[in-house]
Amino acid sequence: MTQSQAEQTSSASHADPGTPILEAVGLRKYFPVRGGKLFGPRPVVHAVEDTSFALYPGRALALVGESGSGKTTVARLLARLYQPTAGALLYRGQPAKSESRSALLAYRRHVQMIFQDPFSSLNGNHNVHYILGRPLRVHGHARNRRQEREQILALLNTVSLSPAEQFIEKYPHQLSGGQRQRVAIARALAARPEILLADEPVSMLDVSIRLDVLNLLLDLKEQERLAFLFITHDIASARYFAEETLVMYAGQTVEGGPSDEVIQRPRHPYTQLLISAAPDPNRAQEASFQARGDIPSLITPPSGCRFHPRCPLAMPVCRERFPGRTSFGNGHWAHCFLYGEGEQASAATTQTSTLAPAGQAPQAQVHQTQ
Amino acid sequence: MSNGVFRASALPLLEIKHVSVDYRAESGTVHALTDVSLTLERGQILGLAGESGSGKSTLGYAITRLLKPPAEITSGEALYYPRSARQGTLNGAAPEAVDVFKLTPGQLRALRWRELAIVFQSAMNALNPVIDIEAQITDVLRTHQPGLSGRAQRARAAELLRLVGIAPDRLHSFPHELSGGMRQRAIIAIALALGPELIIMDEPTTALDVVVQREILMQLIGLRNDLGFSVIFITHDLSLLLELADKVAIMYAGRVVEMATRDELKQHPRHPYSYGMLNSFPTIYGERRRMVGIPGAPPDLRAVPSGCSFHPRCPLAFAPCDRVLPMLRQPTAERPDLAVACHRYDPALSAAPLPSDEEFAASYAAAYQAEREGKGA
Repeated sequence: MTQSQAEQTSSASHADPGTPILEAVGLRKYFPVRGGKLFGPRPVVHAVEDTSFALYPGRALALVGESGSGKTTVARLLARLYQPTAGALLYRGQPAKSESRSALLAYRRHVQMIFQDPFSSLNGNHNVHYILGRPLRVHGHARNRRQEREQILALLNTVSLSPAEQFIEKYPHQLSGGQRQRVAIARALAARPEILLADEPVSMLDVSIRLDVLNLLLDLKEQERLAFLFITHDIASARYFAEETLVMYAGQTVEGGPSDEVIQRPRHPYTQLLISAAPDPNRAQEASFQARGDIPSLITPPSGCRFHPRCPLAMPVCRERFPGRTSFGNGHWAHCFLYGEGEQASAATTQTSTLAPAGQAPQAQVHQTQ
Repeated sequence: MSNGVFRASALPLLEIKHVSVDYRAESGTVHALTDVSLTLERGQILGLAGESGSGKSTLGYAITRLLKPPAEITSGEALYYPRSARQGTLNGAAPEAVDVFKLTPGQLRALRWRELAIVFQSAMNALNPVIDIEAQITDVLRTHQPGLSGRAQRARAAELLRLVGIAPDRLHSFPHELSGGMRQRAIIAIALALGPELIIMDEPTTALDVVVQREILMQLIGLRNDLGFSVIFITHDLSLLLELADKVAIMYAGRVVEMATRDELKQHPRHPYSYGMLNSFPTIYGERRRMVGIPGAPPDLRAVPSGCSFHPRCPLAFAPCDRVLPMLRQPTAERPDLAVACHRYDPALSAAPLPSDEEFAASYAAAYQAEREGKGA
């Protein structure tokens, strides 16, 4: 196995990707929670801070991080299941409207979601015919029963559920996990979307099935030119699936760029930690990176860079403000004071309370680690 | 996550011989486990790897006698070799080994926890939510070591938490006040409470984030090196076992299909299924390329394919595979520590040379190609 396939996108990652189909600009999401002092400010969960990225047809962006890093919130913001606290979504360069139901429906025709757990994402009371027929009718792709059935069969074939005639009458409980996930993928495709938001699409599946489903999604990406947001905690599948990788920690995006760059030459200590913790039998040397503790509370997140309490290389400045973006060329960037102040530092500082006046910021030590 | 210098002694701690377990369901009998034999040495970490339905958890539960109807142990024995000082407590006659399957409820109580502890997958649910951590540890001590004073019990609870890397000031925390990783550590602390010889861990880190998972596994190896217990580590994540286990048993459809040392499995998997599993994981390093995985899906255990149950998915399947059941055998004469259940290693059935990684790779790639073309047509 592991035969190289000609269609694989291996080195095309830094080619010009064209125009973005969906852009997130400075997305931010706070969830109000109960509690707090009487008449005091209402506490909020700072789930996502100032996140920007773009999705391109035929390309995937992987969002990587631990649980609680805000990955799923980002997907739900893009699916417009949540309203962002700040920031904007641009679909084909136009701000996505949200005033009316019909605008939302039109948006969702283009942007569909695949959820992690195929055991709970399919309604057990309905058979595959109903599950796939509904989006076809809702989005007006099928006008009559005959069209509907034809399109359902075609969808089942697309996701390799054959013979399709057999699967169309089945109920979710008659299907295995991998088959259910294929039905869930077919349901997302039924709307004929341009963008798929896949939230840990294979992590609930059996090991030998995962690769099959991942390869199916790869085919969709390459052959149907779908744009993917691929959410995963597994950094190896991010590299396998996505041209670009974005690493999130506690709601902040800390590093991003072409997947190979980010994963093989990680700059941010958190990315380095994630990679050293991932099991990999082919690892050349022993993992040496040490960090302790857990993801912090996002109601009262650590100031500055939220990774500083766990970071073995933390400096005083890390506590005071969030570092600006440092570019390493090739589209690879990180937010980390190890590489200096970064550009646009002033814009980024606004995101957390800065106790120290900007002018008094201690000098960051620049470590040359690579 | 190095295994370090720790060497398991060659003395067996547990010998599982020809164990079969059935689940009796209305829709038919499910042979969850068929004729499984394994040996665990003292101080060893044995990995059981397989997909859901492979029987790996059933085996773990069978050894601990935790199976309840409709599950039934239909045959086999699980010989446990207690340390000589402890033999008397398990069986008055003090033989060398006791068959766990034949123990009376009283003897089983003496065996469990003191000799053999189990750590379950979901740390969320394994702790009692309404009592604090200290009470959950002292509860075990009170039951199994009634002579211990309250003060000594609390001291032991604090010591156990320190052992697994939780600050003793968390003793009075309730489970909901701890993170997932801390809860799983607390459960490991409870499992260690009576200094067992064997800990069975069923997917202990599956629900945890990678960073926390690695911390806990490193701690587990450290504890094993210090305390010398043995571990049966059940997981679907083969890549984890390749860093953790001394020996790995690969299970498929209720049988062990390959048994190998970690290094041997990593470098040269013998069974086609093992090869497929090992190459189903995208890697962090190396060339980025399309991987092909194993075609098909694991079988329904109510209707296991005849012969070798892997044959419908196996790219190397040949004439006898769908009729004759392969037994575990040494792949080569010079490696008595390895075993594989595949006809390709039986000179009486296969004249072809033993399968190589190249042959595996080429045949899986061809099967994948055929499947894709079949779909396109």
